Amino acid sequence: MRGQELVKVVDLYKYFPIHTGLLAGLRSRDGPSVKAVDGITFSIRQGEIFGIVGESGCGKTTTGRTIIRLLEPTKGKVYFEDVELTALNKDELKKYRREMQIIFQDPFESLNPKMTIYDLVVEPLDIHGIGQSDSEKRKLVSTALEEVQLAPPEEFLFRYPHELSGGQRQRVAIARALILKPKFVVADEPVSMLDVSIRTEVLNLMLDLKTKLGLTYLFITHDLAIAKYMSNDIGVMYLGKIVEYGDVSEVLDDPDHPYTQALMYAVPVPDVRIKPGVIPITGETPQPINIPKGCRFNPRCPYAFERCFKEEPQLFQVQPGHGAACFLYEEFHSGRLERGKMPMD
Amino acid sequence: MPPILEVRDLTMYYTTMKGYIKAVEDVNFTLEKGEALGLAGESGCGKTSVALTLLKLLPYNAKIQSGEVLLDGKNILTLSDDEIRKTVRWKRISMVPQAAMNALNPVFKISEQIVEAITSHEQVSEREARDKALELLKKVGIDPSRADHYPHEFSGGMKQRAMIAMALACNPEIIIADEPTTALDVIVQAQVLRVMKKLQKDLGLSMILISHDLSVIAQTCDKSIIMYAGNLAEDASNWELFTHPLHPYALGLIGAFPSAKGERKRLESIKGSPPNLLDPPPGCRFHPRCPYAKEVCKIEVPSLIETHKAHHVSCHMVNSHPKYV
Repeated sequence: MRGQELVKVVDLYKYFPIHTGLLAGLRSRDGPSVKAVDGITFSIRQGEIFGIVGESGCGKTTTGRTIIRLLEPTKGKVYFEDVELTALNKDELKKYRREMQIIFQDPFESLNPKMTIYDLVVEPLDIHGIGQSDSEKRKLVSTALEEVQLAPPEEFLFRYPHELSGGQRQRVAIARALILKPKFVVADEPVSMLDVSIRTEVLNLMLDLKTKLGLTYLFITHDLAIAKYMSNDIGVMYLGKIVEYGDVSEVLDDPDHPYTQALMYAVPVPDVRIKPGVIPITGETPQPINIPKGCRFNPRCPYAFERCFKEEPQLFQVQPGHGAACFLYEEFHSGRLERGKMPMD
Repeated sequence: MPPILEVRDLTMYYTTMKGYIKAVEDVNFTLEKGEALGLAGESGCGKTSVALTLLKLLPYNAKIQSGEVLLDGKNILTLSDDEIRKTVRWKRISMVPQAAMNALNPVFKISEQIVEAITSHEQVSEREARDKALELLKKVGIDPSRADHYPHEFSGGMKQRAMIAMALACNPEIIIADEPTTALDVIVQAQVLRVMKKLQKDLGLSMILISHDLSVIAQTCDKSIIMYAGNLAEDASNWELFTHPLHPYALGLIGAFPSAKGERKRLESIKGSPPNLLDPPPGCRFHPRCPYAKEVCKIEVPSLIETHKAHHVSCHMVNSHPKYV
């Protein structure tokens, strides 16, 4: 039995306007903008991990931050336990901030170097006015540190971030996020700065904490192998849009969208028995300012046909719970395309 | 045929205020002609230090304590800086540095930078050098019409390929690529690796590929070396290394590495973290983290033993740890 939907994202947009000049800015509000998140819809079930994968600049970090309203969305709605987060005002939102926390990418920069580990971990309690006495707070901090396996906590409480290794620092960041007992955690590339052996330890810790505390994660990563290791469902992002979603094994073992297929051809695996494939696509991802007309993948897609240059494909459900934003499947399922025959033939 | 490059008992320390950082200790390996050798390990394990030693490009506080680097049988560590610059660097061994994308000078055109590399090492006219530069760019898959663009007009993958073209400028026999694809996205990474592999085959180059990413090494190299805390842990053909790793660290590292393909299983991490090289543990440097460590590992430094043909491991327990008994 799968859990209820905890977080629901509906048609979310986040554009960053580019200010070309004062006059141009005054004259029109619709100047050029970076379309970081360009209409995405998905939901995360209670107790599961939803992975977002994509290459740099595809909008995965912006998605994570917009969902918990660290960035204000341009358009669209986010629901958290049926409450519309995007409609709340600041005071109302603060109540929900406790339930939604974020772990940032770089533990070397996300922790204030002038604060001790105790100060860092107690800060969220102070902000939310939790804990009556110092001894109570101290106890909460110690428990949080123990939970992330920084034990014994007394050894870490009054040290500074620079005295800790990368893996230990990221544990402090996790303790900081978990001390408020959130239900939902956005993890933005939490291990990309860590070495292999330490990376696995942090990933396993996050998995164990998920089970122990009943957490739900949005796990953002550029690394397909890590996405596969961590996620239940994933969404593959390309230029601000989710182009394929579904169960992680289904999507990665049997990708439907030509972009996901290319990723899987290109991804190296630590196994000499698997020979690297030939990548069917060329070129590099365009800038999210000038998104190609029609399907945004069309300049690189080996299968692109007429329709792909005119219309924008929506997510099409290829199998239950597994969809791809590609006209090929729509054409095929509507009988306009014969099996094994590509439209450009 | 003798190997093109042979490294013997190489030991190199960095001098600091706090003492010696024992960055490379007793490293031995060989590189055959036309071979792609992977050098893997975590940050700080000494892989870049080894590469820099091969070219004597070390910073001022580095001191080569002992060892030989034999290029076609001749020790290049005894050459003066001037001789190395004139006869070895670029012409025989060239390097694609780490973060190569930032290695290009932003105020010069790509073509000018490659031409400069050629004219400062070879007696050719500007014109010939330019022709050569264009030809090199074509080889790495960059249209020669882009040659007169500036680095900021190139994408990350193109900059990286331009750096590879530059490394080929003086027809070297050996290319050392230090984390050549680390900052690149997966599709671009695959494109760059394919270009490198193709050039290596076409030109009969020998290549040393340094990477922390075992999957890149597994799919690009013929044989690989795993380093830990300045020591060589294991040295074997890729097939042997990835199907039958012997050193507990290699075993742990491969076991900790997730794969995007195949079954999902829980990965086992290696407990603890790498030692401080100012004061590395006595005996085997891996013993504090090693699940198979015995008394002897804490006292004696293991020597590199050949278990089968061309498979070298430095571990006291190699013949007794449970995985292989």
